[in-house]
Amino acid sequence: MLELRNITKRFGNVLANDKVNIVVKPGTIHAIVGENGAGKSTAMRIAYGFYKADEGEILVDGHVHDIETPHDAIALGIGMVHQHFMLVDTMTVAENIVLGAEPGSGIALDLVQASFEIRRLSEEFKLAVNPGSVIERLSVGQQQRVELMKALYRHARLLILDEPTAVLTPQEVEEFFSILRRMREQGKTVVIITHKLTEVLAISDEVTVMRDGRVVGRLQTKETNATELARLMVGREVLLRVEKTPAKTGSAELSVRNLSVTVRGGAKPVKDVSLEVRKGEILGIAGVEGNGQTELMEALAGLLSPSQLSGEIRIEDRDITQEGARLRRELGIAHIPEDRHRRGLLLEFDLAENSILGVHYRHPIVAYAGTFLDNGAIRRRAKEILEGFDVRPANPDLPARALSGGNQQKLIIGREFKVDPKLLLVVQPTRGVDIGAIEFIHRKLVGLRDSGCAVLLVSAELEEVMSLSDRLLIIHEGRIVGEVDPKVATIEEIGLLMTRGH
Amino acid sequence: MAEIFTISLIWSTIRLTTPLILAALGGMFSERSGVINIALEGMMLAGAFTAAAVTYAVGSPFVGLLAGMGAGMVIAGIHAIACIRYRADQVVTGTAINILMIGVPGFLSGAFFLSSGSTPQIPKEQLIPRTPIMIAFALVPIAWYVLYKTPFGLRLRSVGENPEAADAAGVPVARMRYAGVLLSGILAGIGGAYLSIGQSSLFTRNMTSGRGFIALAALIFGKWRPVQTMLACLLFGLTEAVTIQMQGVVKLPSGEDIPVQFIHMVPYLLTIIVLAGFIGSSRPPKALGIPYQKER
Repeated sequence: MLELRNITKRFGNVLANDKVNIVVKPGTIHAIVGENGAGKSTAMRIAYGFYKADEGEILVDGHVHDIETPHDAIALGIGMVHQHFMLVDTMTVAENIVLGAEPGSGIALDLVQASFEIRRLSEEFKLAVNPGSVIERLSVGQQQRVELMKALYRHARLLILDEPTAVLTPQEVEEFFSILRRMREQGKTVVIITHKLTEVLAISDEVTVMRDGRVVGRLQTKETNATELARLMVGREVLLRVEKTPAKTGSAELSVRNLSVTVRGGAKPVKDVSLEVRKGEILGIAGVEGNGQTELMEALAGLLSPSQLSGEIRIEDRDITQEGARLRRELGIAHIPEDRHRRGLLLEFDLAENSILGVHYRHPIVAYAGTFLDNGAIRRRAKEILEGFDVRPANPDLPARALSGGNQQKLIIGREFKVDPKLLLVVQPTRGVDIGAIEFIHRKLVGLRDSGCAVLLVSAELEEVMSLSDRLLIIHEGRIVGEVDPKVATIEEIGLLMTRGH
Repeated sequence: MAEIFTISLIWSTIRLTTPLILAALGGMFSERSGVINIALEGMMLAGAFTAAAVTYAVGSPFVGLLAGMGAGMVIAGIHAIACIRYRADQVVTGTAINILMIGVPGFLSGAFFLSSGSTPQIPKEQLIPRTPIMIAFALVPIAWYVLYKTPFGLRLRSVGENPEAADAAGVPVARMRYAGVLLSGILAGIGGAYLSIGQSSLFTRNMTSGRGFIALAALIFGKWRPVQTMLACLLFGLTEAVTIQMQGVVKLPSGEDIPVQFIHMVPYLLTIIVLAGFIGSSRPPKALGIPYQKER
């Protein structure tokens, strides 16, 4: 169906694809796995005409084709669903689906006929979407269905899906996989780009593994396993399970009583939350994104206005509900935020400057009678963090923007660990981070807990919260709806609490 | 008060609203495609000068009108190439065009007509006082249809909201943006032509006196939608008409006339108030002002 032959692509000095050969057989689900920056998205974007290869050729149905633009790819029956959805939020489902392939004459937009066709396709592939809905009012799962419909509407025979499950809940993933299987039954070919090994094993027929821009393995899914795939991806043996000893917990470090958060417009994303995090434990909070986790963590970190909060937040014996972020930090709260670009880093600043955020006004960073920044102290601190947390490249003069997501995350984690926190608030610590770095981050978090720090962890990755947490709370629509023991609870049980709240 | 609100006020409002509608609808096509068009003022000036000069030279206002449209389009072309091809800052480019167009007509009229800034008087029978009015008001439903009911409009809106998505769907982003900006030049050119060969009978220096900016304000106030934008233009047109009628009629309690400069301030004050008060509730096209660069 699709074959990439000796594809090479450079971005500046970076060799993103180095003589890549991929063969996708018709009627199969083909997984392409690899760490971030391995070149899997680049290869598929070349096949879709988003990038132009420097060398090599693309074969579709056995013939060499010049694919210059997405338009050419669409004409050959190739569709692509990008990791970040390519939808116009303010337009309707039908408008998005027909965009660029409008039916009827050039003068009048025939959305009636289009809606008819959309309904027929929905039926055939069991993709429930209402053509008249506006995109921004749809859930992420529904938006993904619109993306699939867009490709099907253009008569795609081959669908390339880039990290399609990153945004879905466990239930939605199941549903999504059954849609993919249905497509395969109907004779479509699917390429799925992912770094989640369990999904590769669950859905694909064949796997291509990439590392550092090269193909390092071509396997039949039946004949491989997670350990082998992880080793191929990372290039060394990888520990997939988190290893930890039972928690030695102490007294309560953080106690929250009846905390509610009110936002502009009167909505309450957090309702009446009470919880306690003890010294030396990791308390996990699992929930579908957008159920109040973000606001809860921001409330604890002091990033919301005290007027938005009701209830009580205590660090040991001190009530800090009315206090701002600076005092909270001085009391020993560290925060690894959800959105590292928005809250975690100043992307245009260099690594040295980023590594002192939060302590930038204190000794020893500020010297000379509290007036000037001490450049020597800044660089020493930056160096310790970059080396201690394996941030690559460890060059303090680079802007934070130049680092990969995983290395940005390691920089933030290093910075927050450096203040010897008593309480660590950590949200999505491994989002968009490679397997190798995930292993590293998990080990560091467990190590911090073992040194007696209280850790409050929010993650949408169920496996992550389950394997890291000593206790696990489930949040649904702003309320804590249950506590489970992560050692005995099942994914199904937690998934149900997350989606239904009971 | 009865002296102000008369039938002639209605006519006056319509006449004063016409150039605003033309420029604002032009601005709508440009901004809906994602290109900020602060250069409406300059495009109107180009249209006004060219229309007057050509009408005087040829003797036909319709040829003059076409020339005015062409001039607006040429200026829009400069804006488009700078903003789309070279990804220049759209506000800076627009401002530069406005400054340029304050000077160019004066320079050209000096060269052609040996005058400093204005064109010679055009005979009354060679003016077109009504055609642009009809064009302006007829354009409102047409613009609505084009924007919401044609593939062109769908594509135009999509490149202004999310050019990556449009690109992925096979829509040529740059080409759509060129179309939007050039259309704005044509319409602003008609608006300008109406000022010089419709309402007046010659081009005078800086005769738009900020109407391009008021049109832009009306566009924002009208939420980048054709009908609401027309209503906003009517509001500004009415205000201007009222202020004209007020001159010499409304007096200070002391019996003195209100200085005419103060009365002339009213439409501009209204613009500021409207923008300060309503701009928050208005939602611009998401990609407005952001050049689109394809990764290669």
